[in-house]
Amino acid sequence: MTEATAVLEGAHGPKPRRTFSRRNIFLYGTLIMVALYYMLPLYVMIVTSLKGMPEIRLGNIFSPPVEITFQPWVKAWAEACTGLNCDGLSRGFWNSVRITVPSVIVSIAIASVNGYALANWRFKGANVFFTILIFGAFIPYQVMLYPIVILLREIGLYGSLWGLVIVHSIFGMPILTLLFRNYFTSLPEELFKAARVDGAGFWGIYFQIMLPMSLPIFVVAMILQVTGIWNDFLFGVVYTKPDIYPMTVQLNNIVNSVQGVKEYNVNMAATILTGLVPLVIYFVSGRLFVRGIAAGAVKG
Amino acid sequence: MAKIAAIPMILTALCVFVGGTLWTVVYSFTSSKLLPKANWVGLDQYERLWNTNRWIVSIENLMIYGICSLVFSLVIGFVLAALLDQKIRFENTFRTIILYPFALSFIVTGLVWQWILNPDFGVQNIVRSLGWASFEFDPLYNQDIVIYGILIAGLWQGTGLIMVLMLAGLRGIDQEIWKAARVDGIPTWKTYIFIVIPMMRPVFITTLVLIASGIVRVFDLVVAQTSGGPGIASEVPAKYVYDTMFLRQNLGQGFAASTMMLLAVAIVIIPWAYLEFGSRKRD
Amino acid sequence: MKSFKSLVCGTAMCAAGAAHAVDLEVTHWWTSGGEAAAVAEFAKAFNERTEHTWVDGAIAGSGGVARPIMISRITGGDPMGATQFNHGRQAEELVEAGLMLDLTDVAEAEGWRDIVHPVSLLDSCTIDGRVYCVPVNIHSWQWIWLSHAAFEEAGVPVPANWDEFVAAAPKLRESGIVPLAMGNQPWQASGAFGVITIALAGPEAWAAVSVDKDAEVAAGPVYAKVFEAAAAAREMRQGSNVQDWNQATNLVITGKAGGQIMGDWAQGEFQVANQMAGTDYSCLPGLGVNEIISTGGDAFYFPKQSDPEVEAAQKELASLMLSKEVQVAFNLKKGSLPVRGDVDLAAANDCMKKGLAILAQGNILPDANQTLSPDTLGQIEDLMTEFWADSSISAADAQERYADIIANAD
Repeated sequence: MTEATAVLEGAHGPKPRRTFSRRNIFLYGTLIMVALYYMLPLYVMIVTSLKGMPEIRLGNIFSPPVEITFQPWVKAWAEACTGLNCDGLSRGFWNSVRITVPSVIVSIAIASVNGYALANWRFKGANVFFTILIFGAFIPYQVMLYPIVILLREIGLYGSLWGLVIVHSIFGMPILTLLFRNYFTSLPEELFKAARVDGAGFWGIYFQIMLPMSLPIFVVAMILQVTGIWNDFLFGVVYTKPDIYPMTVQLNNIVNSVQGVKEYNVNMAATILTGLVPLVIYFVSGRLFVRGIAAGAVKG
Repeated sequence: MAKIAAIPMILTALCVFVGGTLWTVVYSFTSSKLLPKANWVGLDQYERLWNTNRWIVSIENLMIYGICSLVFSLVIGFVLAALLDQKIRFENTFRTIILYPFALSFIVTGLVWQWILNPDFGVQNIVRSLGWASFEFDPLYNQDIVIYGILIAGLWQGTGLIMVLMLAGLRGIDQEIWKAARVDGIPTWKTYIFIVIPMMRPVFITTLVLIASGIVRVFDLVVAQTSGGPGIASEVPAKYVYDTMFLRQNLGQGFAASTMMLLAVAIVIIPWAYLEFGSRKRD
Repeated sequence: MKSFKSLVCGTAMCAAGAAHAVDLEVTHWWTSGGEAAAVAEFAKAFNERTEHTWVDGAIAGSGGVARPIMISRITGGDPMGATQFNHGRQAEELVEAGLMLDLTDVAEAEGWRDIVHPVSLLDSCTIDGRVYCVPVNIHSWQWIWLSHAAFEEAGVPVPANWDEFVAAAPKLRESGIVPLAMGNQPWQASGAFGVITIALAGPEAWAAVSVDKDAEVAAGPVYAKVFEAAAAAREMRQGSNVQDWNQATNLVITGKAGGQIMGDWAQGEFQVANQMAGTDYSCLPGLGVNEIISTGGDAFYFPKQSDPEVEAAQKELASLMLSKEVQVAFNLKKGSLPVRGDVDLAAANDCMKKGLAILAQGNILPDANQTLSPDTLGQIEDLMTEFWADSSISAADAQERYADIIANAD
């Protein structure tokens, strides 16, 4: 972290002079091949979502649409029926936002404090709890379904939004705590010691020294949580009521229910629409991520 | 103060993870059907579990899927991160392209790949229509290779995040180290393997836990892509647990299966985690 | 906690203005086209004929997704007003735990025992003499659906029974048509096996195995014939590379497959595709061998609530679901048979009329869901998916394992 400028160059360094060196051809060639492979399913999804059903039945999933139609998108967003409610994905969108925002904030807040306490303060018994937490990362969600119902019932939060926030915080905790713990561990210990000598306390060090240096890891944690919570279906449906069902419930109803012939174009449009929020966040946070690393390094 | 701040963690660890696990283990010795009930039947559920063909197949599949997934995720994730770390142009674009599948749920991933791998209108159909009539590629409909069909989809979805974590790790490596290595004339690949990777130990630990926990819990992907088929050729343990508990209404049997899973995890994870995280701070 | 909750509910309702009107949340997994239209008939009747409101809680994905939700909601102390369940043995324990509303007074007042036909459907709802659910329809597995276009292309007449179908299969293959369409989902394999069993082994042998759990019959020569036939059918399904049942039905509709063994819900797909029974497709009950209807179906349960007003609304809905007009409207949309013998289904199509006639003759069997536990059915399902997908498992081996499951059945 001492070589701030060098790291900065790592991301924004001057471009190599010889554009067509063998190294560059190999490098960009590989990356472009990889990118094409990763793009392929998205291409199939977009192309399919723009086709009409007769064209899809012809069977070539890779061919571009002959006649572009946006009807599937309109249908997925505003018209697709689940049971009696025919207002598509739009129904659950704000519920998903209402669930995701507090869940992401609360789970990351708890986990970052956990990681900080584990990395820098090492209280008695910390390792035991942390080991249990790592073990918890491996417990299949399905196993915990009923015990958590009982737990939420006992604290009186079953069926409420905050109950769901707690559930997401619990299941996000193992990996996030590990992430933050490892990150804080890799920060130079001298910083922490110096702050202690200056008389800063637990929260003082956390807010004034640790937080400003941790942007990249917060971005990684956010990517993990936004994706996980936004895409969650099981918890959203088991621990809440229909009036706060997230968007994935509608997605499930569109994708899993079968209206005569499966409407693949609507399925694909619904899928892309549901994935849009995490995608946008990646795009925005990707830049933050790089800048975060640079900024963190400068302060170090 | 640190202890007070850690109260949510302590409560979660004790009440949910330990409590839930014990609860599961206790009820695995009962004949609970739809609701948990304390009708003790000793080891009956375990006896039946290990006499069930589907459970055995599930374990084998998890082994194959797990080993392949672990190796390929780490290798692909690291190589991609290393490539992106070469001061390239359009880094943002490449990184986003590789990461975006992670934004899609397993259900969706399974659905799309089920399609691409379908012999009648996916890859096989395309290659055949290009003139190679005998081309065969139908992993999802061939019992022997179906698990690799699921692996393809799983890797597509998950490697992006591993790549991002590795990239974060690589960017944390001091540039002085590279300069020193270059001065000493050490080839790049050697620098990576013998110097950089050991320095990225914490990142590797995180990714290892992330990948491994994902493997143990793999469920949605299989349900969406193959429903465990053809036959029972792509069944996995988490699906066995879910099906017996909720579809077959045999909680006791489901708890016995989850206890076996948790036991296997505990034997590997707890000693390792204790050694890894219990010792003094590493760098 | 409970009293607090009902207090909140109470005030919320008062705020809404109507003193007795209740918003009744109904959970079900009927989300596909015809199903949703059918459920809308319930909702319409409930909204129009009572002062209460139907709040729809549809979750796609049938039992696998919906069941844990229902059980969580009920045990979590926040139950829905009514919920769909396959009746039979699946809800037994919830009733025994006292979590379901007792409907006996409604049933006796309206004489359900006299109007529900066959009365075995009501028996599945009855535990210790008390009624806990409302059967709403009859679905039968015992059908094979045949594509006229496919047989025309192969140049053979449309078969009238299973043997003719088997004889025609090679011709279909020669014309590039898959003889038997079958999706890869596990329940389809075990369902088709059940149909073949009832058709070829006959109702007595089937009842000995599936009702009385007689493992000797299951291991005996009659069942050996069934397993041989299933092994032959296994060859006929080669090449139907689809997952969902309705994708398989679509193969029949488009003439890419000769036939499909599937329950009467498949007929909704033909309807949506504008196909006419008798001219575009044929349906053979009991594979044309033993004309029998198995009486599976859906039922609604009403989880116990603390609020007496909600309870009154629940009972109103229960009574409404069995009323004549609602039964007709619902079942026409759903493609299933009504649970009462005294309604007029003039609008029914050919296949439905065939089914009604068999039902009236009394050629009925209970559904396996009513006689075997979900656990046993699950084990059979595992065996069947394995058997149907893997040609290396011989009929004899599969039969042996089957008999073993029956011997341990509960």
